[in-house]
Amino acid sequence: MKALANRSLLAGCLITALVALMALASFLWTPYDVTKLVVADRTQAPSLIHWFGTDHFGRDIASMIMVGARNSIAVALVAVGIGMGIGVPLGLFAAARGGLLDEALMRLNDLVFAFPALLSAIMITAIFGPGAINAIIAIGIFNVPVFARVARAGALSVWPREFILAARAAGKGQTLITVEHILPNIANQLLVQGTIQFALGILAEAGLSYLGLGAQPPMPSWGRMLFDAQTRMTIAPWMALFPGMAIVITVLGLNLLGDGIADLLDPKSRRRR
Amino acid sequence: MTAYLAKRLAIAAITLALASVVVFAVLEIVPGDPARVMLGMNASEAQVEQLRQQMGLDGGPVQRYLHWAGNLLSLDFGRSYTYSVPVIDLVTERLAVSLPLALIALALSTAIAIPVGLYAASRRGKTGDVISMGAAQLGVAVPNFWFALLLVYLFAVWLRWLPAGGFPGWGAGIWPALKALMLPALALALPQAAILARVTRSALVDVLSEDYIRTARAKGMPWRRVLWGHALRNALIPVVTIMGLQFAFLLAGTIIIENVFYLPGLGRLIFQAITQRDLIVVESVVMLLVATVIAVNLIVDLSYALVDPRLRHRT
Repeated sequence: MKALANRSLLAGCLITALVALMALASFLWTPYDVTKLVVADRTQAPSLIHWFGTDHFGRDIASMIMVGARNSIAVALVAVGIGMGIGVPLGLFAAARGGLLDEALMRLNDLVFAFPALLSAIMITAIFGPGAINAIIAIGIFNVPVFARVARAGALSVWPREFILAARAAGKGQTLITVEHILPNIANQLLVQGTIQFALGILAEAGLSYLGLGAQPPMPSWGRMLFDAQTRMTIAPWMALFPGMAIVITVLGLNLLGDGIADLLDPKSRRRR
Repeated sequence: MTAYLAKRLAIAAITLALASVVVFAVLEIVPGDPARVMLGMNASEAQVEQLRQQMGLDGGPVQRYLHWAGNLLSLDFGRSYTYSVPVIDLVTERLAVSLPLALIALALSTAIAIPVGLYAASRRGKTGDVISMGAAQLGVAVPNFWFALLLVYLFAVWLRWLPAGGFPGWGAGIWPALKALMLPALALALPQAAILARVTRSALVDVLSEDYIRTARAKGMPWRRVLWGHALRNALIPVVTIMGLQFAFLLAGTIIIENVFYLPGLGRLIFQAITQRDLIVVESVVMLLVATVIAVNLIVDLSYALVDPRLRHRT
């Protein structure tokens, strides 16, 4: 079912590109100024003037979703960067060296996994103060062991291959082999994991800003918008509907993209479909 | 098997010990003096110092860690700074909400996911598969607190069938209490069910291509028995692994969901404790959750041996 794989890749690419474009466009133009409070226009239902309605301060929800996309993408992307930047070298190193060092690194991984990610993110942001930067760090820390595991498992499956043996026979050292041969061979798996963690990062950021621990007002964030909507469900349900849909669509797009890439690259999983 | 068991137990114990060091160290660098917080800004230096001594905050870090860890082992969690009651009482009171919530959510998620996964796998590539996995793909993308808001709007605001939040307590009777937990459990369960259904399906699809499945079918065994008896049992390892991870996630997920529904559970307790700098409560609840995660992972590891007899002979 190659068609299905390509379809999810196509849909994923389209959705992700659309969300990214929306975030980029918000730097140049939004329908309304999200920093301006127009009390006379507060909690207006969706209409031709305000497509997604307005919030309790009269801000245009469509504009806020556009600006909020920046925050979600930035936080999740940097958190993936942190996870990859630290996790991948650790995993590769553990796989190359093996032995006690490998064991120690993996136990360290277990340790991080023992803390439910959300719990620790809440602790970190609550203790060191709420804000986008601390949210990035909190989410990033929990990406580290994920990437370390994927990199290690991938590398361990590449090391026994013949071309590695050839490289060793040619006198290449562990580091050179890792950089020249192991890394390119596991890049696909890392890419797939990257899109998954990106999607999870968007969800985690939304959760943290919902609790008031993410980006601080007046910077619009999707999670914060849902928090504001909660107490106004009876009078302005659209305040909750549209930011939530923005989250779902973004995460769905990234997951489809990840599935699509995985199917494209792994014939075994393609056959499973 | 014994060696395997011993190794897993040792790893669990070491992880738990390291986790306690991390928790202690993180809270050690938190700004703010709990004694000062408790007494307020107007208290004199001498009063604060006296309270610090009373709370055992005056020793060195190592001494305090050993004291704290020793107490934890004997299940003495100390007294809450803000509530002035033993932490253990607070925790057990709150667990009476969070534990049933997490368990109901896990049960709901399993009850939805396994049949959906079985259905999708047995109709692989057909419309039923595409639709149910499309729904699962969507479910994975839904943040549980947003789903919770939608549920509140539908069932509490619009239909008025269920309460929008709050908890009457188990003393008010089983039914009102269960009613209050229904929407939160559903909100927690659905995104998890979507993940579990996907895992179940892909594990089953792998198993269904095995030779012994073809043999079972060839000898005329009914499809239903092949699916439930042979295939599901062999697909259980990844499913059980994800369920174990999900239980931890559900316990932590209660932090957000309990805030949506104003439930007096463990999640709300820890969230409030963090904002009120009630560090002893934070430490205890975090350690409790971490210990639960480690224990669940251990049980999952050991249950592999039950599900898969081949693993019993490996170390």
